[in-house]
Amino acid sequence: MQKYRTDRYEGMIAETVMVQGHNNTVINAYFARPLGSGPFPGVVLIHHAPGWDEWYRETTRKFAHHGYLAISPNIYYQFGHGAPEDIAAKVRAAGGVPDDDVVGDIRESLGCLKSLPQNNGKAGVFGTCSGGRQAFLVACRTKGFDGAVDCWGGRVVMSKQELTAKYPVAPIDYAKDLSCPLLGLFGEEDQSPSPQQVALLEQELKKYEKSYEFHMYPKAGHGFFYYDRPGYRQEQAVDGWNKVWAFFEKYLETQEKP
Amino acid sequence: MCTGIVENRRISGSGKGPHGWFPLDKVSVSYDHPVHAQTEQAVIIDLFGDIAGPESRIAVELTPQSARELVLAVLASLSRGESNELEARNESVQ
Repeated sequence: MQKYRTDRYEGMIAETVMVQGHNNTVINAYFARPLGSGPFPGVVLIHHAPGWDEWYRETTRKFAHHGYLAISPNIYYQFGHGAPEDIAAKVRAAGGVPDDDVVGDIRESLGCLKSLPQNNGKAGVFGTCSGGRQAFLVACRTKGFDGAVDCWGGRVVMSKQELTAKYPVAPIDYAKDLSCPLLGLFGEEDQSPSPQQVALLEQELKKYEKSYEFHMYPKAGHGFFYYDRPGYRQEQAVDGWNKVWAFFEKYLETQEKP
Repeated sequence: MCTGIVENRRISGSGKGPHGWFPLDKVSVSYDHPVHAQTEQAVIIDLFGDIAGPESRIAVELTPQSARELVLAVLASLSRGESNELEARNESVQ
């Protein structure tokens, strides 16, 4: 992670690109990266249920500002195009995007990052809300990530009644296959996931001796990073972001400096 | 989707969006985190017309209590309307 200084050059390019998706599809993605040859660690961002939206554009650029090759694929691509919230509504009405498709899309984005000459060979995955759930799922079902961040991902714990053709297996059932260290950020007042569900996930991770770090924030609910929503909690969000940077610095940085 | 709670129904009627009236054929009702309403959880009602495309949906986000009020208002209106119609039919038979 670049530690920027006021006397240091900083440049960035951020644009939509076309990348490989699941099942030999081609999907669009927002790719933001620092200028220069690096080497830089990479991060794949999995957008949340409200869609591939402005918050995710900003967050992708935020990662690039912090020295990451950051890519946010449009996992709703197969549902068509329009305003992000209209497509998100269409996805919601359709019962969601299949887990297998998301795993495929994110796996391809990981490959894309690691193929770049300016990548340092390390990459993480970050997601909030449904993206947090998918970040955990992907980190269990894919080898090659070096760190995963799950921000308040609900429905990692799922009852049998909640399983569908698109969600045939509860992500918690894949915990034994978690392939990289995991950072989890949760709000104590959240109901999805509830503190009890987070505790169940933690129990599974301990059982399989997985490397993880969980933080449960008091006086915070769902989405406490979202500055444009009533759930925003400034103090918890600042601390949460610091935890994200520290975690990725620990697991994604290499000795060679840009 | 965050909570995974969604109820879909086929419907028949019309809706008015930014580009005018269009036929409606589906309603999707979710209990989830809203995009705009200033509440943590909302009942999100999306009315769709396949022919018009996703951008023509009519979207509403209501607090849970407001959603209950809406249900009561719909049921009350239906009950009165259908009752009046039945009375009118009975009077015409006599």
